Amino acid sequence: MFFWRMIGRALRRQVGKRLMIALTILLGSSLATSMFAVMLDVGDKVQAELSSFGANIEVLPEGASIVSDMYEVDSGASSGSIREDELPNLKTIFWGYNIEDFAPFLSVTATAEGREIAVVGTWFDHELSTATGEKLSTGVAHLRDWWAVTGSWPQAEDEVVVGSRLAAELGWETGDHVTLDGENGRVDATISGVFESGSDEDNQLFASLAVAQQLANRSGEVGSIEVRAITTPDNDLAREAASDPSALSADEWETWYCTAYVGSIAYQIEEAMTNVVAKPVRQVADTEGAILDKTQLIMSVVAIFAMIAASLGIANLVTASVMERSKEVGLMKALGARNTSIVGVILTETMVVALIGGIVGFGVGVGLAQLVGHLVFGSGIAIRPIVAPLMALVILLTVVVGCLPSMRYLLKLRPAQVLHGR
Amino acid sequence: MTQNSTAAAHPDLLGEPIYSVRDVSRRYGELAALDRVSLTIARGEWLSIVGPSGSGKSTLMNILGCMDSPTDGIVLLEGERLDKMGEPELAKVRRQKIGLIFQQFHLVQHLTACENVMLAQYYHSLPDEKEALEALERVGMAERATHLPRELSGGEQQRVCVARALINHPDVILADEPTGNLDEVNERVVIDFFHQLHDDGTTLIVVTHDSEVAAQGQRQIILEHGRIVRETTDLSNTPTKGKPVRGVEAR
Repeated sequence: MFFWRMIGRALRRQVGKRLMIALTILLGSSLATSMFAVMLDVGDKVQAELSSFGANIEVLPEGASIVSDMYEVDSGASSGSIREDELPNLKTIFWGYNIEDFAPFLSVTATAEGREIAVVGTWFDHELSTATGEKLSTGVAHLRDWWAVTGSWPQAEDEVVVGSRLAAELGWETGDHVTLDGENGRVDATISGVFESGSDEDNQLFASLAVAQQLANRSGEVGSIEVRAITTPDNDLAREAASDPSALSADEWETWYCTAYVGSIAYQIEEAMTNVVAKPVRQVADTEGAILDKTQLIMSVVAIFAMIAASLGIANLVTASVMERSKEVGLMKALGARNTSIVGVILTETMVVALIGGIVGFGVGVGLAQLVGHLVFGSGIAIRPIVAPLMALVILLTVVVGCLPSMRYLLKLRPAQVLHGR
Repeated sequence: MTQNSTAAAHPDLLGEPIYSVRDVSRRYGELAALDRVSLTIARGEWLSIVGPSGSGKSTLMNILGCMDSPTDGIVLLEGERLDKMGEPELAKVRRQKIGLIFQQFHLVQHLTACENVMLAQYYHSLPDEKEALEALERVGMAERATHLPRELSGGEQQRVCVARALINHPDVILADEPTGNLDEVNERVVIDFFHQLHDDGTTLIVVTHDSEVAAQGQRQIILEHGRIVRETTDLSNTPTKGKPVRGVEAR
């Protein structure tokens, strides 16, 4: 076809300018591709990153929850209890696979070395079999993986870990034997490690759940559970459900229930266990949402600015190129070419060059996204299928906007002006 | 190439007015490049427009060639008012009725001789390489069809321009100083083509300051300061085919 023959011939001219256009698009599109790719994948990444900072759902006995709500205090297990045998139920809920880790807690007070200390019974690395036959290991070793433990996590029932401040006060070290006196008996234990958490937990001693139950004489009971679940960031529906789930319509209810909002997972936990209240730990959940929004906004702004810069670059280059070719354009008009034909030729030439730059830029952008993924999140970025058509659209828009000034020049150009100097 | 312009296809129309220009002025600010020019050009006529630089020759050619519009006055081409037309309509007239030849050739530098001819076909209707090659053959350029303009001499480039101007069988050929950049030999070649076209009944309007080239036409109008100051007719230059042509009037 003659049109493509013309384009092919034209592309062999002004090679320097064409290369600059391709390079401009390459730089813009590589940056925009990497930003879009990271932006679309960052939800999971940020969530994974933030979820490593602890639990996002707290399960309390019904009574304790009321006390906690009324007096705004952390009630611990001061009132009511959760049945230990119901813990595996957590993995049986609709979003069971999203529950990554959980650990039961039972706080008791015991005497050691003549002073009262806070003892927390929990699972460290507990092997659990669910009703569905799934095996998992869960506990504070996973849930508090940022703790700096000197020594090791307890392996045996009679091993404990001690907070760094408590250990310093009492002069305990790894390997020491301690005796804990509770209301209902005495337990001998060995310190397997000293941990530093950076919180009040540094004043506590963490023992196995069975030890705490024995000390408190509360066999088979748990004071609270912390759950870390993979959740979907809250949206308007989730917020509406959080304020009053009964206000949702049947369709909205179904959507909410079948989406991994932190609220719906908490709701399902309440369904699966007896007399418990599951509450989203809002701080973490909200932080996730806010950080995600801001991160995505910054990335969008960077991508948009990259393409605006590319568009401006193209505007200069194409206008310079068209001005250089004004006699050729004037001749086309003198031969009777319609404005649309001339605009079509210039736009197609630019688009072909931009396409080459864009394809290379896309490849570079994907590489850049992986680099960002590894540097920031320690893992690769999954390129969503939407990124390619999105970038094609963005490049198309960039080229069209970039060509606008030259199009204006082309439309205003009169053949007599350039062919006869009038 | 087959010559089938309107005049050649309908010899009876020869001598009928193709252009009617009435009191046409073209001003650029205070400057009047053309000042109330009136003239009629007959179909099949060879008109030479002569005058010194700045006399308004190119302005008149731009208006006749639909590349500019007058500030005042009426321009009719085959009964259609050019002065009332917008750019899209003027472009349509250019591609359908007019063939242009320039002093500076104005060939697209990255297209071969053949492709330059096909370009005119492309904007007119459909490019046909075979027909373009026949047009080049007619001007003796068939062997140079695949050459780029920079590989051709001035005379060769002008012959390609002639082939391009003829390819769509226009009613009128407008030539602006067609021999201005040519040596004597090539000037003769181009003039001979014009005679052939004239013989075939094509209307030729040639702007020139070369008295020898101007003398080839049947009628010469001399412009000065945007006005027609003199007009001469040479009946010995009537075409060998078709009816004799007479110029009509001049202010």
